[in-house]
Amino acid sequence: MPHTRVYMDANATTPLLPDVVEAMHPYWMEHFGNASSVHMEGQRARTAIDRARETIAAFFNCHDAEVVFNSGGTEGDNTALFGLLRPADHLITTAIEHSAVLQTARVLAERGVEVTAVDPLPSGLIDPAEIRRALRPNTRLISVMLANNETGVLQPVEEIGRIAAEAGAFFHIDAVQGAGKVRIDVRRIGCHLLSISGHKMHAPKGVGAQFVRRGTPVNSLLVGGSHERRRRAGTENVAGIVGLAKAAELAMHSLEDGTMDRVAGLRDRLEWGILGLPGTGLNGVDEAGKPVPRAANTTNIWFDQLEGEALVIALDLKGVAVSGGSACHSGATEPSHVLLAMGLEKKLARSSLRFSLLKTATDADVDRVLRVVPEAVEHLRAIAPVAAGTLG
Amino acid sequence: MQSKNTIAVAMSGGVDSSTVAAILAREGDHVVGLTLQLWDQTRLAGKHGIPEAPKAGRCCSLDDVYDARRVAMHLGIPYYVVKQEERFEQDVVRPFVREYLAGRTPIPCSLCNNHLKFDQLLKTARSIGASRIATGHYAINEYDERRGRWILKRPADLAKDQTYFLFGLTQEQLAHTLFPLGRLTKPEVREQARQHGLALAEKPDSQEICFIPGGDYKQFLTAYLEEQGETMPETAGELVTSSGEVLGRHESISGFTVGQRKGLGVASPSPLYVLQIDPATNRVTVGADAELATQTLRARDLNWISIPTLTGPMRVKIKIRHRHEPAWATLEPGADGEAVATFDEPQRAVTPGQSAVFYEGDEVVGGGWII
Repeated sequence: MPHTRVYMDANATTPLLPDVVEAMHPYWMEHFGNASSVHMEGQRARTAIDRARETIAAFFNCHDAEVVFNSGGTEGDNTALFGLLRPADHLITTAIEHSAVLQTARVLAERGVEVTAVDPLPSGLIDPAEIRRALRPNTRLISVMLANNETGVLQPVEEIGRIAAEAGAFFHIDAVQGAGKVRIDVRRIGCHLLSISGHKMHAPKGVGAQFVRRGTPVNSLLVGGSHERRRRAGTENVAGIVGLAKAAELAMHSLEDGTMDRVAGLRDRLEWGILGLPGTGLNGVDEAGKPVPRAANTTNIWFDQLEGEALVIALDLKGVAVSGGSACHSGATEPSHVLLAMGLEKKLARSSLRFSLLKTATDADVDRVLRVVPEAVEHLRAIAPVAAGTLG
Repeated sequence: MQSKNTIAVAMSGGVDSSTVAAILAREGDHVVGLTLQLWDQTRLAGKHGIPEAPKAGRCCSLDDVYDARRVAMHLGIPYYVVKQEERFEQDVVRPFVREYLAGRTPIPCSLCNNHLKFDQLLKTARSIGASRIATGHYAINEYDERRGRWILKRPADLAKDQTYFLFGLTQEQLAHTLFPLGRLTKPEVREQARQHGLALAEKPDSQEICFIPGGDYKQFLTAYLEEQGETMPETAGELVTSSGEVLGRHESISGFTVGQRKGLGVASPSPLYVLQIDPATNRVTVGADAELATQTLRARDLNWISIPTLTGPMRVKIKIRHRHEPAWATLEPGADGEAVATFDEPQRAVTPGQSAVFYEGDEVVGGGWII
């Protein structure tokens, strides 16, 4: 196996940045206190969480009291849906959400909640008019993602926020993939809830945060102590929370200092290089064939006449980590429900790969991938072009 | 990694295939572990009496993927789960259901070997830069210069002989497959597993058909058809003796297998066995044990291994089910690419849908599906 590897699967997870590790370090052994304790050890932990809350409030553009720390994106999504919806309520969501929303919606549907999952346009964009059309008198919650995890496509959340406000419905945004890639401003969006996850933005796994607009009557999933203003029971993950805040601080810098433009430049070079191969195409384009607005680090490409899964493995063995579909279920891959909802035929959905760059990606990384991908694609197509297409 | 020596090991999470991976990795080959994910064990769980929680030691359960992954990590080899669920359903499960509903008794393992384990696995292996695959089957394959053919032979451990399920292998597949356990006995394999430090060395063998938890075919058929929005076809009919006397009625032909004694639902002074199932009339013929014996057998969809094709009469031993002691017969070409075998001694319960595998000494001559 090659010694150096190129990691282009940032939408699956990201490594901690050195500053994040450093910020967390004192909270493992030195300042180990329980933030609920009266003594100095406890106060130390409480102070760290309070500071982190300020940072995350700045990251969301909300008030400190509107930040709830939790375990990550799945918890945030679950809290929004389970916490607000009761039988006979109506939920509007989209067919391209993460399974943390879609599966929760399915469970709620079994319990008597009415669910509408709006399909995207072929470009991967959700048409706000479709959301408006789906409204019912009993629509209580609209839940839409900020950036799609597979295509990177950015959804028109401000417009959807206005529709929610007019309809008097609550609005939740799954911003797990958007956070750190685009600027978040909950005031401008006009949402009631917004969920982020640490590990998608260079903080640790197992920590996340949720914006909960004041007065939003969302019930806690976890019941116990009075942590997080009774909105989330359980002793706070102090080190994780500190790490999340540091990562958010770094992300705010990256969004200002041109880092994301640089990443977009690398992504574009990678994309054009790969699209130069015959039998390839971009997922997430409008009728004119132009990419719709999307996260700077993501591209999703189909490769005619081959099996995406085989290409993922072949690239892995050559030292390049990418993903086909979304990573889940014991490491096996399903044809992407996102691409299928966009109307891509099953064969092409299976042949699609997602390249998602870290913000630390380099030109050398792109060069390496552009060397490895063409030969792997050629090799795969030479072996069993037709059979490979039916594999899986 | 595109080295000629890269070998893809089909890892099920059991002792045998894990030991194969260990042996090859230790010998210094480039080894990549692959697990075929064929069936979601939770899919029909809890329906129509199917157990809620699949037992451990079952192909494709998450536990087995976990075990296989642990072995791969232990050996330090790359490992991937390759999803083949759709293909498995199309090429193995659906034909199984179709055959069963038609009153035959199919063997899904052979279908799986023919369509997935070797065919698809070899394609997947090549696509990731491996030139050969290795499996934990107990069988021997070797190239015979004189005949210019790849030969499949019974293994050292005859109690574990799996050649019966491998009769469909093509020359191309045999040429690119390794069976590293062919010359080992099961106790030796377990010993090797222990020596390689594999935690699962004592894991029990799996026996049942992998997608039928609990081994109850009828439960599976009912639950599967219901899931597919199909209904069990109406196949109730008469239960008759070989002389045509009507003994009673049965509810469905898919409940019967040739040779079956229990569950016929009729009282009789002497034991009765299922002799024949006729899907056209839904008639099930029963009779005495002695009537089960037949002298001849016809087989279709033949595959030849030690010979290019059958051109004239040939003396072979034929195995007609997994636990059958091969019996002497004369094999001849039949009409429409079929083969006809005449046994020296009549054989009990020749069952349509099972395979007939022809042996000459230790070698597999070929095989086909019993008509």
